Amino acid sequence: MSIVQSFPLFSIVLGLLCAIGCFVVPKQWGRRMTLLLLLASCVMQGWVLRFCYVNQMSYTYTMGHYPAPWGNEIMAGLLEPGMGLLFSVVMLLSVIGGGRHIGHDVADGKQHLYWVTVDLTLVSLLAMCYTNDIFTGYVFIEICTIASCGLLAVREGGRSLIASVRYMVFALIGSSLFLIGVVFTYAITGQLLFPQLRQAVAALWAAGTYRFAMTVAIGLMTAGLAVKSGCFPFHGWLPDAHSQATTASSCILSGVIVKGYAVLLMKIIYRAIGAEVFMASGAQHMLLLLGIGGMVACSIDAIFAKRLKVMIAFSSAAQIGYIFMGIGMGTAAGLTAAVLQIVNHAVTKPMLFLSGSQLSDASHGRMDFPSLRGAGHRNVPAGILFTIGAVSMVGVPLLAGFIPKLYFAREAFALGWQRWPVLLGLAVSTVLNVLYFLYTAVLIWLPQEADCRFTAVKPHWDEFLPGFVLAGLNVAMGVHPGPLVALIDKAVALLGR
Amino acid sequence: MANSDSAFRRWLRGEVDLSAELRTAEMPAPPEEARYQPRHHTAMIHMIFRQSHRLYVALVAVLCAVLFTVLLLTAANLPAYGDGEAPTNNEVSERYVNQGVAETGAVNAVAGLILDYRAFDTLGESFVLFTALCAVTILMSRGRRKHPLPMETDYADYYADPIVHTMCKVIIPVILVFGVYVLVNGHLSPGGGFSGGAILSSALIIYAMVWGDERAHGAIRERAIRRTAALALGFYVVSKTYSFYTGANGLHSVISPGVPGRIFSAGLILPLNVAVGLVVCCTMYSFYMFFRRGEL
Repeated sequence: MSIVQSFPLFSIVLGLLCAIGCFVVPKQWGRRMTLLLLLASCVMQGWVLRFCYVNQMSYTYTMGHYPAPWGNEIMAGLLEPGMGLLFSVVMLLSVIGGGRHIGHDVADGKQHLYWVTVDLTLVSLLAMCYTNDIFTGYVFIEICTIASCGLLAVREGGRSLIASVRYMVFALIGSSLFLIGVVFTYAITGQLLFPQLRQAVAALWAAGTYRFAMTVAIGLMTAGLAVKSGCFPFHGWLPDAHSQATTASSCILSGVIVKGYAVLLMKIIYRAIGAEVFMASGAQHMLLLLGIGGMVACSIDAIFAKRLKVMIAFSSAAQIGYIFMGIGMGTAAGLTAAVLQIVNHAVTKPMLFLSGSQLSDASHGRMDFPSLRGAGHRNVPAGILFTIGAVSMVGVPLLAGFIPKLYFAREAFALGWQRWPVLLGLAVSTVLNVLYFLYTAVLIWLPQEADCRFTAVKPHWDEFLPGFVLAGLNVAMGVHPGPLVALIDKAVALLGR
Repeated sequence: MANSDSAFRRWLRGEVDLSAELRTAEMPAPPEEARYQPRHHTAMIHMIFRQSHRLYVALVAVLCAVLFTVLLLTAANLPAYGDGEAPTNNEVSERYVNQGVAETGAVNAVAGLILDYRAFDTLGESFVLFTALCAVTILMSRGRRKHPLPMETDYADYYADPIVHTMCKVIIPVILVFGVYVLVNGHLSPGGGFSGGAILSSALIIYAMVWGDERAHGAIRERAIRRTAALALGFYVVSKTYSFYTGANGLHSVISPGVPGRIFSAGLILPLNVAVGLVVCCTMYSFYMFFRRGEL
């Protein structure tokens, strides 16, 4: 076995050791260790991805001396290291870009704990990507939930405590629904590992026994993960949670954490339950309709948002609707579009949060739209980044946001009755996006009034450089999506095998 | 601390009117014109909001009722508990029961299952505790704000009570020894890291309750707690990584199950039980102290 195949294990273990280290060492070391960890994780996931791509394979890795139905296992194909790489890169850029805000928002005595929670978040996301065992998935969902509450609550002042309590309640409802689903599944199949579970579920479904319990279990697991991702109509926690956190946490919460649950849901559907049984249970229609509902309803909420970060957060909820719509289409091409949307949103949303908070810094920390008028002139790099992000979100060609919409629309024509809701949802959501994102993008470039009370700020490289890297990824994906789409197509094919 | 005339005793004698303890800081009434007056054109919106709130509550009630019924129906549809034909009685549990002792060296099948067969899950579970410890510290830690807590006096002053005080002197060592016994016998008898750690922490919590927070703070240092938890977790991660790596690559592992039934047997299970126990103990004691006084 090649040493590269152990990299998923090494990255998880390194993350755990870093978390322990940050817990006991002084805070400066915590920051350095976390940056190194994120960098190492990027390298390792990239290496695993390359290994799997070159060899055109997926492999399982036994965690210990006991083979599959008895011991734990992790698994890597193309989707798993690909998503791991995406999450590591986005987290690295987020903590660099939000570094100054962390120093300002987080009390001195708690900074080392902030880095612990960042490390644990990375570990839990990697484990959720790589797991091949439904109960391991649940354990790391728990870590992710608690760590993300920590990311949110660590900010001093504001409404972050209220937001984190609300987030905690929703996240725990999601976890418990998922856990009940896992318990029901285990009771009727007696298996926890994905491949064995899939065989057992297929056999049960074909025999017709325990069909009601199986349907309920599938529904509960799907609903649990959907609640935790902030799927409409359970998105009530999301705007507060994403807008009240410190900048780096906002980027991580909306850029990667909600996607982690979506990736786990994809793995469970295609590897543990089996696509056929999932489609037969009818849960995908529910996901499709809720996704479309989210795309429209959350966009309307975003239009009425009074503050910039709340608007960006509502837009996240709408964009997550696209992901669930893609999963709900139930076809391989729909899943490809959903993964494209995950990539698109993961590179665009942190850019918007980073540049948005810098624009607000250029307006004495104010977030309301009248104060932001002309903010682009006061901080030019942030203004450019925000404009790129906003235009991409609207779905203008040559930017990343256009690509998933194109693939969703193309796939819609291959569907049956779902075609019209999908197309209508896409159209309405795009128009609504134009209303709020273009409005803001124009507002920040309006000429400043003569009696403007805000002065221009001198941007620091560590604040706008991560944003420009994300913008580069965004444009690259928009201009030349071919290789990425080919990769995701292969990943989806490997996932369903 | 040793206030013989504590409020608790006075309350026992019926001298304290608890309603007087309630803080009733009078808020000055806001001036008449500043009070909230619904404007004429918003009255309609408020009415709609109230109505939609009622609808929301009704929908929530319906949703809960449906979920409740569905879950009960599913539970009734599951295989009966203890049914020999149930799907859970398959090759998986068969191997755990029949070959568990020989393969893991642990007489306690549960310990063998959670710390050897499915050790990665348990590694995750102990990190759930660690994550919770960090989250509680983030939420409850008072940090640099050293203003006095609103409630300084212990209403129940156990230290002054001769019965409680004397009994605790006797019982705390016994609890500690029992906790250590449960920990180190985890692979031989029911118990193990999670239960043993909880027992150990209960002894520490009793100490803090009776002798007072300040004394406990002096005796059990914050730094010691943090380092113990970190070392125990670090040991767990490193030793298990060795066993995961050798297992996955088909390498020979130096860890052997030993002779089942002996105290030094079952390979890594004994040290892992101790590590998990220390993590659980530190976490639970820290929770108590953070909720009690906002610092360790």
